[in-house]
Amino acid sequence: MTSNLRYDFGADKANGTLTIAREFDAERQLVWDCHTTQELLDQWFAPKGLTTKTKHMDFRDGGYWHYAMVTPDGQSFWNRLDYLTIDPIDTYEAIDGFCDESGRVNTDMPRSQWTVTFTDVSVRTLVTTVVRYDSPDGLQKAIEMGLEGGMASTMERLDELLPVLKGR
Amino acid sequence: MDNKSVELDAVFHALADPTRRAVLAQLGEGTATIGELAAPFDMALPSFMKHIGVLERSRLIVSRKSGRVRTCALDRNNLIAAERWFGEQHLLWQTRYSKLDNLLASIKGDDNDE
Repeated sequence: MTSNLRYDFGADKANGTLTIAREFDAERQLVWDCHTTQELLDQWFAPKGLTTKTKHMDFRDGGYWHYAMVTPDGQSFWNRLDYLTIDPIDTYEAIDGFCDESGRVNTDMPRSQWTVTFTDVSVRTLVTTVVRYDSPDGLQKAIEMGLEGGMASTMERLDELLPVLKGR
Repeated sequence: MDNKSVELDAVFHALADPTRRAVLAQLGEGTATIGELAAPFDMALPSFMKHIGVLERSRLIVSRKSGRVRTCALDRNNLIAAERWFGEQHLLWQTRYSKLDNLLASIKGDDNDE
């Protein structure tokens, strides 16, 4: 249905960044709304198999989104996205991090800064997300911690990942 | 941890290329000879062998020569360490955005699955 939509995914380990660029078949205002309002975020933000549950959302400079990704067996992974600057409907910057149910950020876990940019591509919208760890060490740490479990256990096995990588 | 770090650099480099990703995907279905792996690509053999070399140095694959035939296989231990994380991130964003596609379509009242 949407296989012709652009999707680029890249990692630059030396700079500690991930870059995700994805086209959506909708006008920019709507794509922006889906990224910035609780009712819409709750319907898509958690990856496959998980649901999104918002505890607090205040989309403004200095505000934050406190939410959980919930597994089918009821386990919650709490996250917090602190909004730094917002420039509707072009871009926003935020700091991502793991936290507990009360919203207290886990400072042992690496945090990353997100720069999310929305641009018109004809009748479609391109969303570019740059996830920047504070250092290459931060990305390295994220990898090591990711490997230790957490969300990883809900993801498919290696054999199912390989086709995803193919030709993308 | 230093050892793992070095591996990750090589793995990211190896995964940055569509030909190499396709080779990994094919090896995910079982071992294959160089000839079998090269067949889908319109590429001279020396160029293709460079890709195989990158994959071997990153330790994502191993190869073994028997007579004149070289056979390649995934080195799953190393894949499980680093490529898995990369793959998981990729899959996370892919499935997240696939849900957003559906949401956008339903908001727009698009009920024709083209």
